[in-house]
Amino acid sequence: MNRINNLFHTKNERVLSIYFTAGYPKLEDTLGIMEAIEEAGADIIEIGIPYSDPIADGPTIQESNLIALENGMSMKMLFGQLKDMRSTIHIPVVLMGYLNPIIQFGVEEFCAKCKEVGVDGLILPDLPMQQFLDEYKEIFESHGLRNIFLISPQTSEKRIREIDLYSNGFIYMVSSHSITGAKSGITEEQISYFERVKAMDLKNPRLIGFGISDQETFQKASQYSHGAIIGSAFIKILGQTPENQKEAIVAYLKKVKN
Amino acid sequence: MNMVKPLIQVDEKGFYGKFGGAYIPEMLHPNIEELRENYESITASQSFQKEFKSLLKDFVGRPTPLYFASRLSEQYQAKIYLKREDLCHTGAHKVNNTVGQIILAKKLGKKRIIAETGAGQHGVATATVCALMGMDCTVYMGELDMARQKPNVERMRILGAKVVPATSGSKTLKDATNEAMRQWINNPVDTHYIIGSVVGPHPYPEMVARFQSVISEEIKWQLKSKEGTENPDIVMACVGGGSNAAGAFYHYYNLDQVRLIAVEAAGLGIHSGKSAATTALGTPGILHGSKTLLMQTEDGQVTEPHSISAGLDYPGIGPVHAHLFDTGRAEFLAVEDEDAMKAGIALSRTEGIIPAIETAHAIHALNMIEYKTDDIIVINLSGRGDKDLDTYIKWGGY
Ligand SMILES: Cc1ncc(COP(=O)(O)O)c(C=O)c1O
Repeated sequence: MNRINNLFHTKNERVLSIYFTAGYPKLEDTLGIMEAIEEAGADIIEIGIPYSDPIADGPTIQESNLIALENGMSMKMLFGQLKDMRSTIHIPVVLMGYLNPIIQFGVEEFCAKCKEVGVDGLILPDLPMQQFLDEYKEIFESHGLRNIFLISPQTSEKRIREIDLYSNGFIYMVSSHSITGAKSGITEEQISYFERVKAMDLKNPRLIGFGISDQETFQKASQYSHGAIIGSAFIKILGQTPENQKEAIVAYLKKVKN
Repeated sequence: MNMVKPLIQVDEKGFYGKFGGAYIPEMLHPNIEELRENYESITASQSFQKEFKSLLKDFVGRPTPLYFASRLSEQYQAKIYLKREDLCHTGAHKVNNTVGQIILAKKLGKKRIIAETGAGQHGVATATVCALMGMDCTVYMGELDMARQKPNVERMRILGAKVVPATSGSKTLKDATNEAMRQWINNPVDTHYIIGSVVGPHPYPEMVARFQSVISEEIKWQLKSKEGTENPDIVMACVGGGSNAAGAFYHYYNLDQVRLIAVEAAGLGIHSGKSAATTALGTPGILHGSKTLLMQTEDGQVTEPHSISAGLDYPGIGPVHAHLFDTGRAEFLAVEDEDAMKAGIALSRTEGIIPAIETAHAIHALNMIEYKTDDIIVINLSGRGDKDLDTYIKWGGY
């Protein structure tokens, strides 16, 4: 069974997913960060594939992408680093990235590599549903990869139902009208959107992301969903603690989960 | 009816052959969908057409002259006509598109406008129509471009627009476009994004081309009255994203006897690593929401382009141009910074017209093409050189 499906089979609340950019802050940090995330008790790891033009990302993740690329991160190198990850990492791993580097790598080869190293799912913000259905669904599925769709407060009920139909893993609820980046707090307006989607009784679990940064926002988001995703706030922690990275990650995540 | 399907046409999914589409984050889906569903019916409506035509005539100053350049013609032994988009209000073709999009935005009930700009011409054209319609306007512009096109930054500010620097990447047009897209994601409800060229997700490339197609519509009847034929032998235009070229080519796309020549910026030389010659260096990929040709590394990272002209300093081209290149329907040339600057100064002296440096690339291309004596060549004079005075002055040589 796919690890994502497995996870939600056994746990359906306060699921914590952590995003970081591969190659940031240092080129060789990838596995160490993953191990610390797992050790701290997070449930899903999202690895960002750095890209020169991340149009859905705010300044923090943009900057981490840029530094990762300057450090020399590439798709090939990332798969090299992940080669033996399954000897130490047991939780689901999802790759998040933009379509262009994947197309240049070769979609078929990319999927094969994902399967080989043990990746469970993909989040590709600039792959729209229709293109996914037309060109990518079959090949993702044949490699056991779950495609994670995004929805936002703007997404119509009809489209959310369609996305639910084609999802098999979880649905990524973008918390507000926004690119990535830690805003402070969760507004009434956001809560009514969380409640509206919750009441739709979808077949897939929902994780809320964008603007989740600490214990309070994680708690709050988890009240209306199966859990939440932290990205920019985690990247900031990584940027601030080049030395005792592992301790910093564990300390931060323990605080978030508590 | 037995209609032959034209070669150059967008399909219902927004593709020109292999290129185009709408590769956008889900957050923008409702906006793009709203546009896609409405733009054709709105722009075809009588009230839109009436307002559009009236503004093009009385505000923009259309039709722009199709000017027979006699001294240039003598020099090159051809009948060279200049389509004088430089005489449009605000100094370039860009305003044809912004007039169209602002009326559309108003009819869609939008309150705010955002735009990206490279040379600042599109930014100025956007700020202008926003002032005209009393709409709030924010323009994203690469930090580098803000420095090299300073007069245009101030023009936008005088017109009441906010100019926000894009500080990522090469700090030029690509980055300004990224920033505008991000801000659209952040403000999806009441904001319309006026893209300045035939780039971006479907339906932008086709919509912008249609607004610019007034250029070739006019060329047809103007040439008919001057030469007795609607069709020149050659139409030439510079290509950044490709909107002035798309406008000049539009009504000739499917007339094979008319040669279409697109001129890109070679910067310091096509293979110098400092170039914006997309068709020469590019490979298929996705940029700003469409599948097109773009300059990129093997790893799929978008390359920083270079051109002395901010308006051509873009690592991609509109999907319709990728298709024109792919099918061989248009010829693509690339002109270096130095040759463009010289051609700009030469045109100033032969015809009394100081062209935008973007346009000067197309002028130089006259030296690179083969043609018969007395061939009719129309060059789209996309803009005037006022905004480039600083660059001309620094260049010297006059
Ligand atoms: C005068 C002029 N010509 C050409 C361009 C390039 O744009 P496009 O290729 O969309 O016509 C610009 C862009 O700023 C411009 O200002």
